[in-house]
Amino acid sequence: MKVTVHVWRQKNASAAGKFVTYPMDDISPDMSFLEMLDVLNDRLEERGEEPVAFESDCREGICGNCSMVINGTPHGPMRNTTACQLHMRSFSDGEDIYIEPWRAKAFPPIKDLVVDRGALDRVIQAGGYISVRTGSAQDANALPIPKLDVDLAMDAATCIGCGACVAACPNSSAMLFTAAKISHLGLLPQGQTERMERVRNMVRQHDDELFGSCTNYGECQDACPKGISINFIGHLNRDFLKANFLKVKNPRREVESQ
Amino acid sequence: MNVSCEFYRSSVGKKVVVALTGAVLFLFVVGHMLGNLKTFMGMDPSGVHHLDMYAHFLREFMAEAMGHGNFLWLTRVVLLGCLLLHVVTVAQLQARSSEARPVKYKKQTLRASSVAARTMWYGGMLVFLFIVLHLGHLTLGSLHSDFVEGEVYRNVYIAFQNPLIVIGYFIAMCVLGFHLYHGVWSFFQTLGLDTPDRNCALRLVAKVASFVIVVGFLSVPLSLSLGLLPPPVGM
Ligand code: HEM
Ligand code: FES
Repeated sequence: MKVTVHVWRQKNASAAGKFVTYPMDDISPDMSFLEMLDVLNDRLEERGEEPVAFESDCREGICGNCSMVINGTPHGPMRNTTACQLHMRSFSDGEDIYIEPWRAKAFPPIKDLVVDRGALDRVIQAGGYISVRTGSAQDANALPIPKLDVDLAMDAATCIGCGACVAACPNSSAMLFTAAKISHLGLLPQGQTERMERVRNMVRQHDDELFGSCTNYGECQDACPKGISINFIGHLNRDFLKANFLKVKNPRREVESQ
Repeated sequence: MNVSCEFYRSSVGKKVVVALTGAVLFLFVVGHMLGNLKTFMGMDPSGVHHLDMYAHFLREFMAEAMGHGNFLWLTRVVLLGCLLLHVVTVAQLQARSSEARPVKYKKQTLRASSVAARTMWYGGMLVFLFIVLHLGHLTLGSLHSDFVEGEVYRNVYIAFQNPLIVIGYFIAMCVLGFHLYHGVWSFFQTLGLDTPDRNCALRLVAKVASFVIVVGFLSVPLSLSLGLLPPPVGM
């Protein structure tokens, strides 16, 4: 099949970027989207041109590296699918395909389609951890957890941190990402110790990274390659309210002499 | 750090403030719409319009406990406070979000969000403009061609003989309807009260509430301008 790809080319963070058009004449519909880009890069290298920089690692939909907005949708037109799992048969013969990087102030550009998603890591560092006993591994099922809680926590934990939620959000908000990370720990008994600090610290970090604020559009859950529900944003909001108003801010106060 | 300060500084806390002030305004809007329906009740045997009696009642409500008109003023102050807090907070959130994507997409396909959701900001500003004009028109009377304090039915009747004013109110109410179509559901989501099994019901509540509010409000100007209601006494 034939397609025309328009790729965002940008030398580095300070250079101005622009779209460059590459006609691709002999693309197999069975190629993955990234394989199509590999073919393009081979040709560019043969011609002595700079190949298109894009990220990929697992190419099986689990690492979250293959971040690119394809025809206006993060990871392309197919729902619940990462760009590496997308196939050229999802496009029609002769189609124009626009490929852009994630665009957000919190994701500074590095080169072409590659942006720095370190902001998401810093949100996790702010509270996405639990306290555990180190040493020999605990027996499996030593801690009974209701099946429904496990399933719900697992739904949140499927987040691969790709940043599609930010890329899709008209506000560039990372609420779905932050909410998924908060929920997958907060729904389990192991995550209770830091639960209230976690939500406050991670929301503060989210805001400090200059992500926008959520207006409940729902574009994030639609673009999420793992189909994570905005219901988790509701979990985050509830925990945030509890952490700010219901829990004692200074637990020491409870044991001070009276 | 002070709890409420940290809360209000965060984007999530601000959203909660928007939701709570929005809910107060929503409850007012429902009450106002129901009160307006008194227009259809005609006159009582002594020849006074029920609408005028209702306006009088609002002034005298709790008069013994709080003094003449004071309850009405308290309500006005609370509502105005909520409106200002709603608008100021929303403006702060909007500023934050509009700076969050300095380079725009060449192509962006929005697949999930409703038109109502996408027009919250501009629609909200139109609602604000309407509120200012509406207060000048039918509360203070300064924008009214022939206003008599306390003769509510008469003021409203005269106002809606002008088709341009009817069209203006029609547009404003549709904009408000859009605002509430997203806003009412969004309120539940913001407070974390929406869940997958309630979502359908809550979205339906938002649709029905916004539809009923628009129809309820518009029934008055439309009936008056189509001549379905009698002119006030002495006209
Ligand atoms: C009668 C007046 C109004 C009512 C009943 C009302 C109601 C609401 C409600 C219920 C929400 C949902 C809150 C949430 O997202 O959880 C909302 C959001 C919003 N309102 Fe209003 N509103 C009114 C006036 C205004 C005005 C005058 C503006 C002016 C700009 C405005 C702008 C907005 C915006 C931009 C949002 C979205 C905020 C966000 O989701 O972050 N509203 N409103
Ligand atoms: S390359 Fe790992 S998810 Fe696409």
